[in-house]
Amino acid sequence: MNYDQILCQRIQEVPPSGIRKFFDILEEMKDAISLGIGEPDFVTPWHIRDAGIYSLEKARTKYTSNAGLAELRREIASYMERRFQLKYDFASQIVVTVGGSEGIDLALRCLINPGDEVIVPVPSFVCYGPLTSMAGGTPVYVQTKNENQFRLMPEELKAAITPRTKALILPYPCNPTGGIMAQEDLEAIAEVLRGTDIMVISDEIYAELTYGQHHISMANLPDMYERTVIINGMSKSHAMTGWRMGYLCGPAPVVKQMLKLHQFSIMSAPTTSQYAAVEAMRNGDRDIQKMREEYDGRRRYLLEGLHRIGLPCFEPKGAFYVFPDIRGTGLSSDDFCERFLREERVAVIPGSAFGPGGEGFVRACYAASMKDIAEALTRLDNFLTNLKRKQSREQAG
Amino acid sequence: MTKLLRLLEEDCTYTREQLAAMANMKLEDVDAAIKQYEEDKVILGYQAIVDWNSTDRDDVTALIEVKVTPQREEGFDRVAERIYQYDEVESVYLMSGAFDLTVIISGRSLREVAQFVSDRLAPLEDVTSTATHFILKKYKEKHLIFEKQAPGEREFIFV
Repeated sequence: MNYDQILCQRIQEVPPSGIRKFFDILEEMKDAISLGIGEPDFVTPWHIRDAGIYSLEKARTKYTSNAGLAELRREIASYMERRFQLKYDFASQIVVTVGGSEGIDLALRCLINPGDEVIVPVPSFVCYGPLTSMAGGTPVYVQTKNENQFRLMPEELKAAITPRTKALILPYPCNPTGGIMAQEDLEAIAEVLRGTDIMVISDEIYAELTYGQHHISMANLPDMYERTVIINGMSKSHAMTGWRMGYLCGPAPVVKQMLKLHQFSIMSAPTTSQYAAVEAMRNGDRDIQKMREEYDGRRRYLLEGLHRIGLPCFEPKGAFYVFPDIRGTGLSSDDFCERFLREERVAVIPGSAFGPGGEGFVRACYAASMKDIAEALTRLDNFLTNLKRKQSREQAG
Repeated sequence: MTKLLRLLEEDCTYTREQLAAMANMKLEDVDAAIKQYEEDKVILGYQAIVDWNSTDRDDVTALIEVKVTPQREEGFDRVAERIYQYDEVESVYLMSGAFDLTVIISGRSLREVAQFVSDRLAPLEDVTSTATHFILKKYKEKHLIFEKQAPGEREFIFV
């Protein structure tokens, strides 16, 4: 069988995620510290787990409606209004998805006609470009910059827009940079979009994890609600990654098409997870606050540690990542990460894995214990000191 | 400031740098606050929570419900003080409800604990009755779980 010829060309052309080799090395090292995986280190709060268990005891094991339990969608509507002052009709504007990623896929597949362009600010989460390509579109990458705290600037957006532009991905708070878009930043972007038909896919999975200021959604801005699809979920906010609970909110005509796609490909999101999510939405606000405070403390500690060691890093105000600038070491981000892992047994992720513009930076996740963060900082200090010593010896030699 | 106390209560081995970052305070303010808390006895001390069952030392802990006759002017304080002076007594709490004091004591054997109750506690003139409950197994103390959790298999996924 010549699979190369049989398989869909468009899918084959999408390169696989590039950092598998780090995980292969990491799996061999039992005592390595990992600041590599973007996942809360908390377990799901017990009352939420208990709600899932209770639903099983009550034999709630069947499909739910395609869009998700009405009870859950009502709770999501109430949550969106309570937390972000956004009103969505549970019956026509909300779909419960399998994680936030499904929502991104649905949005792209429902919007893209062949040849359409989707603007993707990078560095950002790795799925937007590949999902755009697989849906028959063309990703147009816009490199956000360190000096702009990795915000999308209006002139950068303007320069990327063509008559074929269908949508803009807004990945804020941002993985991997920790950058956020404040109200005035969004306002400047909205000004560029007004008068166009460009849709916004706003990935707000880290919306609850902002520090020092409340998250603002593009949908909060005048004229933007009707062009914005919000992608969110409980993975980061409620430490529920394994439950695969996401949801999308948007204008009814768009959501109607997305629901069709979801219905045929997924049927309905996992029932047990949905019952747990009802509890998370209804009674989980305190959990969010507790975890946010904890992350905030670790963020400050890690950031101060990086500054003390002398690795420049802008202050990330969202998500749970720092994105230090390693250009001063003379290493590529790939080399930096591989050597740091081999020499000091600490895993961080090369910025180059997050698309063009990530080179010269590495991502470290502070959703890890204080003990691990402290140890990682000590080892980073060692690594940089040794590196400098080796480099000056090479220069002298 | 209560944030700093909460952090110390959670783990008093945090370094001053960690405490400063997590409580969003300056290093010197952390030092000053801790010193003041110690002087004011807001912080009474720092102790490790030990799972003695994982060691070869035998340890028996009992919770004793104590009914007492409160004293004029001093209420329950005087008798509580007479009880907590004993080294064997770990904790003493004044309770609402069916009895007055909870006394937690530990010893090397059931006999030693029983003897303490019969020889020391019960004969106190203000103590009217005692009910001793031996602790059979500790599951959780101060938010820490005694059972050793086997580490789950590490899975690496790029997110």
